[in-house]
Amino acid sequence: MNRIVILGAMTAAGLSAGVASAATLDDVKARGTLNCGVTTGLVGFAAPNANGEWEGFDVGVCRAVAAAVLGDPTAVEFVPTTGKTRFTALASGEIDLLARNTTWTFSRDVDLGFEFVGINYYDGQGFMIPKELGVSSAKELDGATVCIQTGTTTELNLADYFRKNNISYEPVPIETNAEAQPLYLEGACDVYTTDASGLAATRAAFENPGDHVVLPEIISKEPLGPLVRHGDNEWGDIARWTLNALIAAEELGVTSANIDELASGTNSPEINRLLGTEGTLGEMLGLDADWAVRAIKAGGNYGELFEKNIGENTPIGLARGLNAQWTEGGLLYSPPFR
Amino acid sequence: MSDTHAQSVAFVRDTMLPEQPPPVTEAGAIKWVRENLFRGWFNTILTIVSLYIIFKIVSGAYPWFANGIWNTSSLAECREMLDGMTGACFSVLTERWNQLLFGFTYPPEAYWRPTLAFVLLIVALVPVLYPKAPRNMLAFTAIYPFLAYWLIWGGTLLIPLMVLVGFAAGYFAFKQFERQSFAMGMLAGFAATVVVIWVGGTIPAALPDVLALEAVRSRDLGGFMLNMILGTVCVSLSLPFGILLALGRQSSMPIIKWICVVFIEFIRGVPLITLLFVANVVLAYFFPPGSNIDLVLRVIIMITAFASAYIAEVIRGGLAALPRGQYEAANSLGLDYAQSMRLIILPQALKISIPGIVNVAVGLFKDTTLVAIISMFDLVGMIRGPILASTEWNGVYWELWGFAVFVFFIVCFTISKYSQWLERQLATDHR
Repeated sequence: MNRIVILGAMTAAGLSAGVASAATLDDVKARGTLNCGVTTGLVGFAAPNANGEWEGFDVGVCRAVAAAVLGDPTAVEFVPTTGKTRFTALASGEIDLLARNTTWTFSRDVDLGFEFVGINYYDGQGFMIPKELGVSSAKELDGATVCIQTGTTTELNLADYFRKNNISYEPVPIETNAEAQPLYLEGACDVYTTDASGLAATRAAFENPGDHVVLPEIISKEPLGPLVRHGDNEWGDIARWTLNALIAAEELGVTSANIDELASGTNSPEINRLLGTEGTLGEMLGLDADWAVRAIKAGGNYGELFEKNIGENTPIGLARGLNAQWTEGGLLYSPPFR
Repeated sequence: MSDTHAQSVAFVRDTMLPEQPPPVTEAGAIKWVRENLFRGWFNTILTIVSLYIIFKIVSGAYPWFANGIWNTSSLAECREMLDGMTGACFSVLTERWNQLLFGFTYPPEAYWRPTLAFVLLIVALVPVLYPKAPRNMLAFTAIYPFLAYWLIWGGTLLIPLMVLVGFAAGYFAFKQFERQSFAMGMLAGFAATVVVIWVGGTIPAALPDVLALEAVRSRDLGGFMLNMILGTVCVSLSLPFGILLALGRQSSMPIIKWICVVFIEFIRGVPLITLLFVANVVLAYFFPPGSNIDLVLRVIIMITAFASAYIAEVIRGGLAALPRGQYEAANSLGLDYAQSMRLIILPQALKISIPGIVNVAVGLFKDTTLVAIISMFDLVGMIRGPILASTEWNGVYWELWGFAVFVFFIVCFTISKYSQWLERQLATDHR
């Protein structure tokens, strides 16, 4: 009993040590760099290129926040994290922001003590099969062998879905996406299931992508977003509204190409407030008036980031789908800048 | 009597027949083939089956190597050039070789530094590994760790220099007091080292630009370089610690004995990957935010602790294998504990332990790839993470893993060949 108390006290001390440095904004400014947690590598979302510079969709969020806070999109210290180390890295204060295709769930938000600042990609679990199987719906997969990553939410979603539809399957457990690719191609499993964005990226790397199809069913909700620690709402606000600024910029037609022109003043009050020529939004965040201009300039607005890293002209070739603006039938909906 | 046999024997040869070559089937390659490959029907079948399998492997793998593409910048481009033929995309190696060897954040203009450190490592190892090498080369070996630190991490030369001076001071203090007793010498040496480093540590802080190379943070180390650093440092540190632990475990002083037993049994009872997670994740909770102890240092400490426990047990085996008479003989000569260990017991015990120590060293070197799991980018981490996740090279497997296998095989095979050679050199029994 005593030991449990001591352990609990130590954990609490450790956590409160993390919370004690509540003014993350001041820490980041003093340090001069933003410590941003990313994956150790996920096609299109975050990976270093041949010159060792990080690129990708999640990386774009880190750079936008760094540009807004520090004025320099390259002032980012990328801390690669795995699925196992990401939450401790954030809780212990090693990183200021985690932008690592992390699903927003109740327990992560509430129980682990993090604050998701928004959603930058709406994902969902899908299925990929070889075309020659001649299956057009997941409901026809009775008795199929399925490659599935163990210990993930996808595993549980799969079990739920097959039970609900009263069909059977045989799981082939695998560890990582990289391991799944050769197994699936060798025919060790008929079906590969993971997040739809992952399926698209995997399929794009095949020698003959046309021989494989992604089934239309999406069986789960995987809202991926950046997150910060509980307890520093000012810092959370900065991250949240930087992401919103990227989304709102696309909605309002502000791009990295025309932003210099628009930043000198327009007759749209909302654009003016966003770009700091009207109102004091930047000041309320504890930043200067140009914060959003710099964030958008860092890598472009949401749509530009999407097109450059994972959009239809990239090898990954994801369609906007749910990730289109609300005005175009998607779910992206930034609260107003007012 | 000369013709005694003239009636009974028709012919008696009185000269030797000239030597003749052996029959064709009993000499040279044919004999070897007959005896080794086609001896009896069972062996013949085995040979034919093996030849068939070898033929299949070679004929299957040959076009893959021969058609290999070496000069494209992405997998898609490579496949386009292959145009449906079987062939390897070795261009991932030519394009990313620097990331595989040095990690992706090590400054490219400084690649010569770790390369030079590697070449000097070989020079420094020669006098340690080959007894016939000139003895004064050992002086370079003593300097090498500090030189290598300066080359790889950069910064001012004064920091490693001050530590070197500290160790030198410790050595002289040890020599001064050794005559009184070994323990006194150790204590004096330790004290002198600490004092000199502590006092001298203020100098580099004041002069950060003296003979400074561009500083590289530990986080930027990666690739095979990281495996080499972890492997070399941890093996060389764990040997002395392992010897001390093994001796401590045999000690008659209960506190020392129990400390050693608990340490060894605890470390051996925990998987290495757990210790690495502790180094990476749990320790961060117990330090105040900002006081970040270098991750590479944390990992080196953990791997060294792990290897020391195993080496200690190997050496304990060597100590136990010595006949009791050796200990008694040392005592009867009037040698004290330190002398008898240094001059009589350890040289013999270590010789017995060589195969075990090399086994641990090879295993440890390969275990350094486990750091990939705590998101450090060693060779395996680079392949699993950044390279396979780049849009250009997503989907290349055989070429990259083949490269990793090749590199690790060379190093481990060299170590094992060396240990066999060393065993033959040290074989003083007449078996």
